Amino acid sequence: MERASQGIIYGINGPVVKVRGKQAFQMLEMVLVGHDRLIGEVIRVLEDETIVQVYENTTGLKPGEPVVSTGKPLTVKLGPGIMGNIFDGIERPLTRIADNTGIFIKRGSIMDNLDREKLWEVKILVRPGDHVKQGDIIAEVKETESVNHKIMVPPNVEGEVIETADDGLYNIDQVIVKVKEGRDIYNLTLVQEWPVREPRPYCHRLPLNIPLITGQRVIDILFPMAKGGAAAIPGGFGTGKTLTQHQLAKWANADIIVYVGCGERGNEITEVLEDFPKLIDPRSGRPLMERTVLIGNTSNMPVAAREASIYTGITIAEYYRDMGYDVAIMADSTSRWAEALREISGRLEEMPAEEGFPAYLPSRLSEFYERAGRVENFNGTTGSVSIIGAVSPQGGDFSEPVTQNTKRFIRCFWALDKALAYTRHYPAINWINSYSEYSDQLEGWYRENASPEFMDRKTEISRILQEEGKLLDIVKLIGSDILPEEQKLVLEIAKVIRQGFLQQNAYHEQDTYVPIQKQYLMMDSILRAHAGASRLVALGIPVSVIRKSGVFEELIKMKYNISNDDPDAFEKLNSKTESILNEIESDYRASGRVNEV
Amino acid sequence: MNIEYMGLKEISGPLVVIDGVKDASFEEMVEITVGKNKRLGRIIQIEGELCVIQVFEGTRGISLENTHTRLLGKPLKMPLSMELLGRVLDGKGRPVDGLGEIYPEITRDINGEPINPVMREYPRNFIQTGISSIDGLATLIRGQKLPVFSDSGLPHNQLAVQIVRQAKIEDDDEAGFAIVFAAMGVKHDVAEYFRESFQTSGVLDRVVMFLNLANDPVVERIVTPRCALTAAEYLAYEKNMHVLVIMTDMTAYAEALREISSSKGEIPSRKGYPGYLYSDLASIYERAGMVKGCRGSITQIPILTMPNDDITHPVPDLTGYITEGQIVLDRSLSAKGIYPPINILPSLSRLMKDGIGKGYTREDHPEVANQLFASYAKVQEVKALASVIGEEELSETDRMYMNFGREFEEKFIAQDFSENRSITDTLDLGWKLLRLLPVSELDRLSPKTVEKYYTRSDSEGGDF
Ligand SMILES: Nc1ncnc2c1ncn2[C@@H]1O[C@H](COP(=O)(O)OP(=O)(O)OP(=O)(O)O)[C@@H](O)[C@H]1O
Ligand SMILES: [Mg+2]
Repeated sequence: MERASQGIIYGINGPVVKVRGKQAFQMLEMVLVGHDRLIGEVIRVLEDETIVQVYENTTGLKPGEPVVSTGKPLTVKLGPGIMGNIFDGIERPLTRIADNTGIFIKRGSIMDNLDREKLWEVKILVRPGDHVKQGDIIAEVKETESVNHKIMVPPNVEGEVIETADDGLYNIDQVIVKVKEGRDIYNLTLVQEWPVREPRPYCHRLPLNIPLITGQRVIDILFPMAKGGAAAIPGGFGTGKTLTQHQLAKWANADIIVYVGCGERGNEITEVLEDFPKLIDPRSGRPLMERTVLIGNTSNMPVAAREASIYTGITIAEYYRDMGYDVAIMADSTSRWAEALREISGRLEEMPAEEGFPAYLPSRLSEFYERAGRVENFNGTTGSVSIIGAVSPQGGDFSEPVTQNTKRFIRCFWALDKALAYTRHYPAINWINSYSEYSDQLEGWYRENASPEFMDRKTEISRILQEEGKLLDIVKLIGSDILPEEQKLVLEIAKVIRQGFLQQNAYHEQDTYVPIQKQYLMMDSILRAHAGASRLVALGIPVSVIRKSGVFEELIKMKYNISNDDPDAFEKLNSKTESILNEIESDYRASGRVNEV
Repeated sequence: MNIEYMGLKEISGPLVVIDGVKDASFEEMVEITVGKNKRLGRIIQIEGELCVIQVFEGTRGISLENTHTRLLGKPLKMPLSMELLGRVLDGKGRPVDGLGEIYPEITRDINGEPINPVMREYPRNFIQTGISSIDGLATLIRGQKLPVFSDSGLPHNQLAVQIVRQAKIEDDDEAGFAIVFAAMGVKHDVAEYFRESFQTSGVLDRVVMFLNLANDPVVERIVTPRCALTAAEYLAYEKNMHVLVIMTDMTAYAEALREISSSKGEIPSRKGYPGYLYSDLASIYERAGMVKGCRGSITQIPILTMPNDDITHPVPDLTGYITEGQIVLDRSLSAKGIYPPINILPSLSRLMKDGIGKGYTREDHPEVANQLFASYAKVQEVKALASVIGEEELSETDRMYMNFGREFEEKFIAQDFSENRSITDTLDLGWKLLRLLPVSELDRLSPKTVEKYYTRSDSEGGDF
């Protein structure tokens, strides 16, 4: 065996440890620090000194304690046992840590990432003589009822299958397939390892022209997300970032969800752990937890592991993408990750750029968001990784460095607004500041799957909201009474759009998730009412009369009154609206008060 | 280990540096003797044989020569036993009430350890505080961390005292409750006000007080909330008690942190606060909660001042990012004579959704709360308009909003310091106020709720 390089601790400053002595550490290598063998990572190598960030609390460490090299970078184990599970920032299983150390996480608990005892039902898909290369699927394991785990040839392995195990029960360490390449023989098991900071390879990228449907109207209609895209949700505290992330984790039409709680609250992770096993995926009919993996490195857990958690999450996401799945990863919050970078950088006394953040913040952000994408895999399947990152700007001010730099690398921006949150307009996504640059590419899909008129309708909704914005500026100065009637109508319809359409109650059984068809029909009903009412206004009928008839209220309540599986109800609603409007018109005509047109 | 190190290499603000130290461990406690008196310090950085030490009692009177320092071989620990109840301790957890030492059942590192999220129990139990604006609109849940954002001159202390007096935090089980009070940099009379009010309400023997007052050493403040929470964790998770922790003033705490950071020469982020202020505050606030297998709980009500009433100041801002909501006090309400001057719009309880409604408070609670928020938000718009065009020029509906706004502030938000309203009273009051508005304006209510509550004949006592 190669002798592990070794050094001794020289200095300690929070999570940053200086190492001296005889050594040959490599950059980004994983090391074991001190007598307690705390996990650390080499972040700087100097001539006579190596700097290590430690993923655990460093209280009690002493100069002179040994630091041992492991010879490999920080990696994650990829194999069955990930789905439905919860890990910390460096893929340690929190449930098993709890079995060992109880309520609190004690340090120095090195343990297997995946369960090595558990036997999986394995179906072998290759035969001796087959030629296999990286990414090829050699076996299948039913990881959960919802997820078929494809065992793939690890990257950079290629050759001829010389031996296979029979179908049957195996643990993750047992060899199931042997591959020979020249003189080398690779023993393939159910797991592979991958360094977290390195993107997993794929064949080539595909266009982002399929939406990630979330069931949230303001997103799916106004600011749609593409499968394989990258989105950011910035917002001050309490504006709804986490709730939106939870909503997407629950309802987005991805096959796999990776939820990274990065430096946020413990209770939010607990909430997912309690809710998801009980919630049923509308598409598979199975509990949501079966397709979900949680990475929980909460705000009170060590800061260096928080920095790593984002990479652990994205690597797992890529691994399932390689199997041909659509994966969505939620990172809450990327600002906490950026702060972890800042903290470590500060302890290294690096020259800071803006607000104390290191100069490499933009490049790290871009490396992360670049790992999103829809791709063709080496095994011929298509898969995608969609990234949705929450951003927690200091002081709620979007001009700060993390928000600004994130904006450069994402194409979907859901800006949460304090003022909306204060009035309890949820989701508090501001329709003026938010944008999606995927809209155009997704147009075809919406035309085909929602309605040929979809784009026109959507444009009309945006137009009304924009116009409302302008009119409200005037109203603030003079009140709404002296606006012309058609403008009053715009205000009225915009109100219907805001309250009846954009507002969506995450806690309401029906409203929490709305199928795209219903979303379209809701939008359609509002616009029909607008057209009908415009006709009356042109005849000289005041908006106040139309309002009194209750047509608008009826529309606002359609989200509660019409259930998700009853699209026919919209026809009834539309004809009711129409007959009310017609009645007003004929009353007016009868009384001879209409304008001549 | 009894090596003593004579003298110092450097003194900088509350920090000292010693050279030639052997066998020091990170965050170890040290005892520094200066003449006849002893001070405590903690090693916060090690570089070879150099140790940077923060001195809790400050460095006044210390010179490079007049000290000798001894390593204590362990991090700062808090002695714990049931005897803590009824005691008064200093900011480092040492008794100052003249009643003698505390004989520990166990001692614990004050830094605690992170709770494993899989071992948390999601908090769901409503605590009635008897204060309408809190119970109705920003409901306190047992195990929650719900801070009060305030500023000097506002009655945050009264509010905290009223909550302590009226809130029923214990269950009907026998575990009982305790109050842990941590003062950081507050004036003597504030601490005394709390002590007296605990006494008047007859709970003093269930209170543990940690006092680091305005004239006490600044650096000591860094450990005060940690000592307090170590005591709280012991009472909650080992003695199954429901513990309410009041911590005031978190802004003074953060300022102490800033002072140390700048003495260390660290690169500041906003307003001079260190870049790790978020993580540091989280290591305090995240110690609230409930855990599996324990009947006890820790509910935190931190109080902090927002310099210049600025909610975007780093301390309230980062606090809001960690806690599960906030109660925001407002100077203009206070100026109108409204107590408690809670501005409900920026106030929020994130845990209320699972602790209110059918089976918890009353079925209509979520909708009433939502509607009151929405209508009161609309009042602000109307007010802004009225200030431009004059109240007389407002439309009829807008005038109804003005009236609703006034009544809401005077009848719902305002209540007496000793008035303890039941949740039913609070919700009924909410309905009375909503009836001041035409039903067509109430867009957050379901038809069913309107029918059942809005139109209900007002037998319980006429209009205002
Ligand atoms: N769609 C929604 N439906 C109902 N309530 C919502 C919705 N979105 C947000 N809320 C409310 O807003 C509160 C705060 O939301 P959330 O916890 O997601 O904020 P956040 O932006 O993640 O805050 P922080 O940055 O502090 O973590 C929730 O507890 C909930 O009451
Ligand atoms: Mg959040």
